Amino acid sequence: MDEQQTATIVGRGHDEGARLFREWFEGLNASAERGDPAAYVFVMGSMAELLRVFDLPVVFPEINSLQTAIRRVAHEYLNQAEDYGYSPDICGYVKADVAVQLRGGVHPMGLIPKPAIAVLTNACNTYIKWAEIWERMYGVPVFTLDIPGTRAAGTQTWPGDRDFKNDCDYVAAQIKELISLCEKVTGKKFDIDKLREAMHHANAMSRGWKRVLELNTNRPSLFNAVTDGTIYLGVSNAFRGAEEGAKYFDDLVEEMEYKAAHGIGTLVDEKHRLIFVGVPCYPIFRRFNELFSEWGGTFVNSTYLWFAAGGANRGFEYDLARPLESLAEGTLISVRDAMDSMFYQDQALAEMIEPFHVDGVVYHPIKSCRTVSTGLADNRRALMASRDIASLFIESDMMDRRVVSEAQLKNRVDAFFEGLESRRLAASR
Amino acid sequence: MNAPVFHEWRNKPLDEVLYECREMLEDTTFPTVRRWREAGGKIIGHFQVYFPEEIVHAAGLLPVKIRGAQVEAIQADSRFGSYLCSILKTSLELALSKRIEMEMFVTHPICDAARNLAAVWGRNFSYPCQILYLPQNANSSHAAVYLRGEYDRLKRAVEEISGQTVGDNALRSSIAVYNENRALLRELYAIKRQTPWLISADEAYALVAIGGVIPREEHNDLLRVVLPMVRERNAKPKDKVRVVFEGGFCEQPPLDLIRAIARSCYVVDDDLLIGMRWILEDVPLEGDPLMNLAEAYIEKSSYSPVQHDLRKPKEKMLLNRIKASGADAAIITAAKMCEPGLEEQVAYTRALDEAGIPYFVGEFEENMTSFDNMEIQLETFVENLLFA
Repeated sequence: MDEQQTATIVGRGHDEGARLFREWFEGLNASAERGDPAAYVFVMGSMAELLRVFDLPVVFPEINSLQTAIRRVAHEYLNQAEDYGYSPDICGYVKADVAVQLRGGVHPMGLIPKPAIAVLTNACNTYIKWAEIWERMYGVPVFTLDIPGTRAAGTQTWPGDRDFKNDCDYVAAQIKELISLCEKVTGKKFDIDKLREAMHHANAMSRGWKRVLELNTNRPSLFNAVTDGTIYLGVSNAFRGAEEGAKYFDDLVEEMEYKAAHGIGTLVDEKHRLIFVGVPCYPIFRRFNELFSEWGGTFVNSTYLWFAAGGANRGFEYDLARPLESLAEGTLISVRDAMDSMFYQDQALAEMIEPFHVDGVVYHPIKSCRTVSTGLADNRRALMASRDIASLFIESDMMDRRVVSEAQLKNRVDAFFEGLESRRLAASR
Repeated sequence: MNAPVFHEWRNKPLDEVLYECREMLEDTTFPTVRRWREAGGKIIGHFQVYFPEEIVHAAGLLPVKIRGAQVEAIQADSRFGSYLCSILKTSLELALSKRIEMEMFVTHPICDAARNLAAVWGRNFSYPCQILYLPQNANSSHAAVYLRGEYDRLKRAVEEISGQTVGDNALRSSIAVYNENRALLRELYAIKRQTPWLISADEAYALVAIGGVIPREEHNDLLRVVLPMVRERNAKPKDKVRVVFEGGFCEQPPLDLIRAIARSCYVVDDDLLIGMRWILEDVPLEGDPLMNLAEAYIEKSSYSPVQHDLRKPKEKMLLNRIKASGADAAIITAAKMCEPGLEEQVAYTRALDEAGIPYFVGEFEENMTSFDNMEIQLETFVENLLFA
């Protein structure tokens, strides 16, 4: 192994991701200071490819909110929103953003620009309620891109099916309406070649994202899906459709393939390979992972990396010869997949157990997010009924440290690993 | 059509009719649904809020509103996490405990929790369980066309259950039955607004809600008989505050809570079971019936926190409801853990503050059994208004 090459490649995704993210926030700060218009979007169906055509910087309030938790100031924002009138029982992301808005955009990472337009999908219903808040605060246009999801487990329709056509025609019509709205908001004419270019970069990113996830079947695992994965995920969202994003994912694939070829894992001594189902525990992000890594546990995949990437894990690539039709198809298929990853993920989890050499599945439902959390207990019941696999069910939150009990979590995690080691011992006899 | 499933009210005076409705409504063995099945009928259960029942009705099946109940979620609790509304759990419990047996279950993308139900239900039952994707972009020029296609998809699924094709004429006949039902419900609400002393909030609620578990023809029969009796009732106005009750669009407050409110208030309008009154005008009988239903859903409809329509900002709609009903105040509630309801409360209360309309804020749960505190608080609120 060439040590110099190793030093250059290994960890690059982590470092470059952090750098890009800092620069992205710096860019938002500069936009806010100039008073430039921005588009508020969400991770599941950001439509960043299209918004780039109009040079609209994209703001992800979900990312802004989770950053307050990672930086351990979320409670200040939550309290402010609750004082304003919001219930302790609603989404913490919404409340942190309300407080950011009430503070005039002041955020630990810099100043957040005000919205000129909000674009959201129905992948999470709270997106809709959230955007209504901006509509009231700023009177900005809100565009709900409605993406019909899977009607029942295993019944997805595809091109050629009349029900798929009905859904896709609806999405296509809405995309045209969104284009008209963007033209009106920005005063810029739609440029299909610019869209094609953004879609070309998005294709590279989707291809790379799918490949990176697949490569973690490798033993030892090449990255931790909860910690490292979240950094990759941030780039995947913030730089979707951008040249830097495409290059980042090309480089990331190279890094992971290099690590696979040279047996370089994310842990020195990998003992237990786990899948994470749910949303990370951002208030104690690092410590949460340590609860697992101290036992030699690593997360080889996570449903979070599927749905929070807007379904980019499918690796859908647009047909650049017919960009608008393909954008509708790709948006429908990818966002639908993101929703499937929250509602119908039991079959996908069962199918990952062998290729990813999974020892256990960790379910982490959270108070803040009913979209992701509502079905997890039943999902776990169904998975355990169909497969002989260990699982852990722990509840906390992605934002609110009042419902995160580290000691309780540790007790449960420790017991889970003791059980895993007993299973392993019994199997070896 | 099967034999009548709710006959207890027939040939009785008004108070006994209302008593029978309440009794039937609170019977968690769902006798009317059971009778329908025992007569060989099939059931399509649909979750709150709105469902185009006409499509199921036209196929000769009974659409049953699945909206939870005052039961303990013994089996369903283990299927869900901690931070969820009650209606989700008790609705599944009704199915797991076989209190309601059905041939198909349909939920809707009304909220983050409810849209999970098709998956949860589907993992627990072998019959079809699906989401009907009602459009969330009501402002798209293509929404009605899309919804027409979605209704057609639902119709095909229903046809598989019934074993018969549903033609346009059958749909038109069903739309006519439901048009009459909506007209009768509008009449009931006109009585609430104009002469609220003639029917209390809990009585009116029972009359509406029973429609969710009986064939709509039977509901029409009931309302046709009852409404004239209500108009002729010997009752005089009392010193009560006229209020609008908001927050009952999905999970329903217990009947006893509504009764407690009625002791000090005239509830002159509300959003209780708004799905049954979602369409505000007759749906045309001529032309394409599925398109007519789709257009009515979007263009001739009420409002709720779970439908986004730029033309219907909820707080403005609430103010309109208060004005149209001549209410003096509002009761702004939300079911516990109901994300859309709790979020809307903020917009509602701010708008009411701006408009200078007094309001009372509360939370409820369908399984709550003690209302003393809430009633005392509400009485204090009412006294403050009456004797200010």
